[in-house]
Amino acid sequence: MSSKTSAKALVWDPVFNNNPIALQILGICSALAVTTKLSTSLTMSFAVIAVTACSSAAVAMIKDRIPSSIRIIVQMTIIASFVILVDQVLKAFAFQLSKELSVFVGLIITNCIVMGRAEGFAMKNSVSDSFFDGLGNGLGYSIILMVVGFFRELFGSGTLFGFTVFTKQSAGGWYDPNGLMLLSPSAFFIIGIFIWALRTWKPDQVEEA
Amino acid sequence: MTDLIELFLRSAFVDNLALAYFLGMCTFLAVSKNVKTAIGLGIAVVVVQAITVPVNQLILNLFLKEGSFFLPKYNLEFLSLICFIGVIAAMVQILEMTLDKFFPSLYNTLGIFLPLITVNCAILGGTLFMQQRDYAFVESVVFGVGGGFGWALAIIGLAGIREKLKYSDIPHGLRGLGITFIIVGLMALGFQAFLGI
Repeated sequence: MSSKTSAKALVWDPVFNNNPIALQILGICSALAVTTKLSTSLTMSFAVIAVTACSSAAVAMIKDRIPSSIRIIVQMTIIASFVILVDQVLKAFAFQLSKELSVFVGLIITNCIVMGRAEGFAMKNSVSDSFFDGLGNGLGYSIILMVVGFFRELFGSGTLFGFTVFTKQSAGGWYDPNGLMLLSPSAFFIIGIFIWALRTWKPDQVEEA
Repeated sequence: MTDLIELFLRSAFVDNLALAYFLGMCTFLAVSKNVKTAIGLGIAVVVVQAITVPVNQLILNLFLKEGSFFLPKYNLEFLSLICFIGVIAAMVQILEMTLDKFFPSLYNTLGIFLPLITVNCAILGGTLFMQQRDYAFVESVVFGVGGGFGWALAIIGLAGIREKLKYSDIPHGLRGLGITFIIVGLMALGFQAFLGI
């Protein structure tokens, strides 16, 4: 399980084939509120990738020493420690961004992806495999975040990463920003449509409801 | 008094935890397939939210903040995340045991949902908003109840719609999760209308 190809598969599989948000319904919680702008979604993506990869590796490292009756608490504590670390780093080096992310950095703790990978994968696999698995799932989460963030910022404010792409009418241009894109409902619509597109591309993911 | 009523309405409808802040989405989408379980989970969230938000408020103000009642010299706010999650886990455990002992019928209704709530972002989110907005004790009680109530309302509504959905003709790729997201989006749009209150 530790050959080069499988590490690659572990990273890439969750991005499209087994996407944590689109297929496993995990980790939608803290994600969507940060996607009004690309810069916040990018920061959030890095934070989640770091926490998922590190906590999965850490859980895998001590998996044989955790009594199964208290494993949830142990995992929680490990995850919470990494989240505090990320939170402090953000506060120190990117204070403005950490203000914009507000409570959502803390909410990575209860992000089901992190917990789900620690419980479902890291408890049974080696340290390096768990690290790559965490990395892959973090990436799968990020790609949705980036797509949603891209559309919401482009159509909501006519900018990307804060740079003007469509000149707004208020600034003498032609574009009339769509205010709905900055409100919460649009995030749901975009994810719904993204899932539709993904499932049309890969029909085996369709649920027969 | 009017302030508190306003806060309640705000936290329940306008700032709805599920539809405006996307909190508790995982359980929100996974456990909304029928109305009965949705009601059980909704009640559980209201109860836990109403207890944990005020308790965490006390802990924050008595121990963690700089100039707090017991440890005035130290600023331990960086520990708040780990404290909050511990309190929530402990509270859920205590609540579970109390219900089991004194209200067995309610305990059976809530069943597996109680432990699940520990990892529900809506609960931790409620606490973190309380910390960020600096609520006083009474406000935190109102916010806890209101936020929980709004979440419960949203999940029960979604479950009702999803039950009807079984009879409709949905495009192939959109079935299941896809259409659920679109419905939640429409519900969020509806809740936005409360902004006018």
